[in-house]
Amino acid sequence: MKIAVCVKQVPDSEARLRVAAGGRWIEEEDLPFVINESDEYALEEGLGLAEKSGGEVVVFSLGPARVREALRKALALGAARAVHLADPAFEGGDALATGRALGAALAQESFDLVLTGSQSDDLGYGSTGSVIAGHLGWPHAWLVMGVEIEEGGKHAKVTREMESGLNEVLRLELPAVLEIQAGLNQPRYASLKGIMQAKRKEIRELAPGDLALAAEQVGAAGSRLELLEVSVPEAGHEAQIFEGDPVAAAASLVEKLRKEARVL
Amino acid sequence: MATTVWIVLQHRDGKLHRMSREALCAGQRLAAAVGGTAEAVLLGSKVEGLAAEVGGTALARVLVADDEGLAQYTPGGWVGALAAAAGERKPGYLVMPHTYQTVEYAGRLSQALDAPWVAEAVGLEAGDGGLVWRRPVLAGKLQARVRTRGQPVLVSVQSGAWPADEVESGQAPVEPLALAAGAVAPDREVLGVEQVAGEQVDLTQAQVIVAVGRGVGGPEKMEPLRELAQALGAELAASRPVIDNGWLPRDRQIGSSGQTVAPKLYLAAGISGAIQHLVGMKGSQVVVAINKDREAPIFKIAHYGIVGDLHEVVPALTAAVRETAG
Ligand SMILES: Cc1cc2nc3c(=O)[nH]c(=O)nc-3n(C[C@H](O)[C@H](O)[C@H](O)COP(=O)(O)OP(=O)(O)OC[C@H]3O[C@@H](n4cnc5c(N)ncnc54)[C@H](O)[C@@H]3O)c2cc1C
Ligand SMILES: Nc1ncnc2c1ncn2[C@@H]1O[C@H](COP(=O)(O)O)[C@@H](O)[C@H]1O
Repeated sequence: MKIAVCVKQVPDSEARLRVAAGGRWIEEEDLPFVINESDEYALEEGLGLAEKSGGEVVVFSLGPARVREALRKALALGAARAVHLADPAFEGGDALATGRALGAALAQESFDLVLTGSQSDDLGYGSTGSVIAGHLGWPHAWLVMGVEIEEGGKHAKVTREMESGLNEVLRLELPAVLEIQAGLNQPRYASLKGIMQAKRKEIRELAPGDLALAAEQVGAAGSRLELLEVSVPEAGHEAQIFEGDPVAAAASLVEKLRKEARVL
Repeated sequence: MATTVWIVLQHRDGKLHRMSREALCAGQRLAAAVGGTAEAVLLGSKVEGLAAEVGGTALARVLVADDEGLAQYTPGGWVGALAAAAGERKPGYLVMPHTYQTVEYAGRLSQALDAPWVAEAVGLEAGDGGLVWRRPVLAGKLQARVRTRGQPVLVSVQSGAWPADEVESGQAPVEPLALAAGAVAPDREVLGVEQVAGEQVDLTQAQVIVAVGRGVGGPEKMEPLRELAQALGAELAASRPVIDNGWLPRDRQIGSSGQTVAPKLYLAAGISGAIQHLVGMKGSQVVVAINKDREAPIFKIAHYGIVGDLHEVVPALTAAVRETAG
């Protein structure tokens, strides 16, 4: 099987975020970036399926130069090659614009399966994968917790997460876009050999022109959502916070839980 | 022509999804803000009963697309029906509950209609420059204000953001929503629904819960949390990454994909407070958060908090609890 996996690079969830000057987005300088959590699971699923079927994985990412680091990591984990939608015109897009660009890039090759994560940890639209599916004209499923390719490779049995601890089992025709949910497998670690090999693997860079798209159709210009500003949300109510010495803080908390909240 | 606001209702087994009523409330308020009218849209097969129930709401009409191909939800069926109907009737807005089902199909609907989708809306401001929506970004650590370009506008409303009990009642006629032939194109076969493996522990009855998050750092560091749970007579539970990493079994997950609990005391250690976790525990009577990051969103819903390293705070807390008990 020939499998594409879309990986996005997002700020490390541990990182301290600061709103950038102008207030439109966060300060990205010195911010540590990682591969989006569900995308790591998507990559693992793709690598596993490719190994089983004797196929290969091609990784796609849209973003600035720093994204090469995420692509290198995916190559070290076992992807055969990478495609980087690197032109600055691609940046700042909503799911429609990003999905349009990725969809056009994916359509240039013939994949049996496109895997994405279910949701990005920064913009969190949860829809780039299904926008891609719309462009390719393929069926898709969101929150995929299990994939089984049927004999012959024409259909897949897919387990989809529902609310409250239920899963739905579906049968989809291939090719399809599967939007992978975190937790369906155990992502591997890169080996030293993998890291060395990754250095020689191809990262192809694409600009809108290579995809027969105008600069106005992608990125912020091609978006239907305009991000005005980001800010820290207001608290529902003020929590009583204890800081400093853990022993003293623990004692104060227990006192409050007994005498004020009366839950102990 | 006045703007029409469509409220697309989610239902299953003859019942409205809990969040459909929140979407009704959001849709009614949006219609008021833009000086338009609100209409409910029901997709399904043999949904007369539900349509009659929704008819008791203050709406211009309840539109029912009744089609055998819509007997069961599929993205192809829903996108086909809504894209065709919206293309013909030109609503200005489609308001939906932000459920797993909506997220699955709405991206493709926005692609089919080339329409903006405000996902996970938590607030609306109507000003001179047009409508501005608020939605969480960066796992709820920040909130974004966004504007849309073009119509229709798709909006999915976050659980708890609009009050279901403030839906205005009224009298709405039920009318058929005719769909072009071939519009409904189911694109999957649904083989069945199953319980996530190992769903055994029922946390909904627990009085006290100690919930562990990714901040615990690894399976070998769980013991002090078990001890705290024991000292409190609590059940141990977890956020999703802890389960995904296999540090606790899946039946102990709290949140939108796991269990929904409302104990007397919910103590969250090393949990950031993403919305998918919060929806599973925000009904708790008293919430205590232990986190090293003062800005973690969990502190916004907590009643008490300790800012610090849980590896130091948890043993201290266990000792303090044992002391008062002993
Ligand atoms: C469709 C969907 C469904 C989901 N369903 C669920 C669900 O049912 N349940 C759920 O929980 N999540 C769910 N999630 C995931 C959710 O979005 C979050 O990713 C998840 O809840 C984060 O878990 P966490 O808070 O443990 O980890 P993180 O967000 O990584 O937070 C870890 C926290 O620990 C703190 N910390 C780190 N080290 C220490 C230390 N030494 N001492 C004290 N604090 C420390 C950090 O400051 C941070 O706040 C779902 C996501 C999606 C997209
Ligand atoms: N810039 C990007 N580059 C590559 N993949 C992306 C990008 N943005 C989104 N995706 C993919 O789409 C999924 C859903 O993202 P989102 O719609 O932003 O929540 C992610 O998990 C990625 O797999």
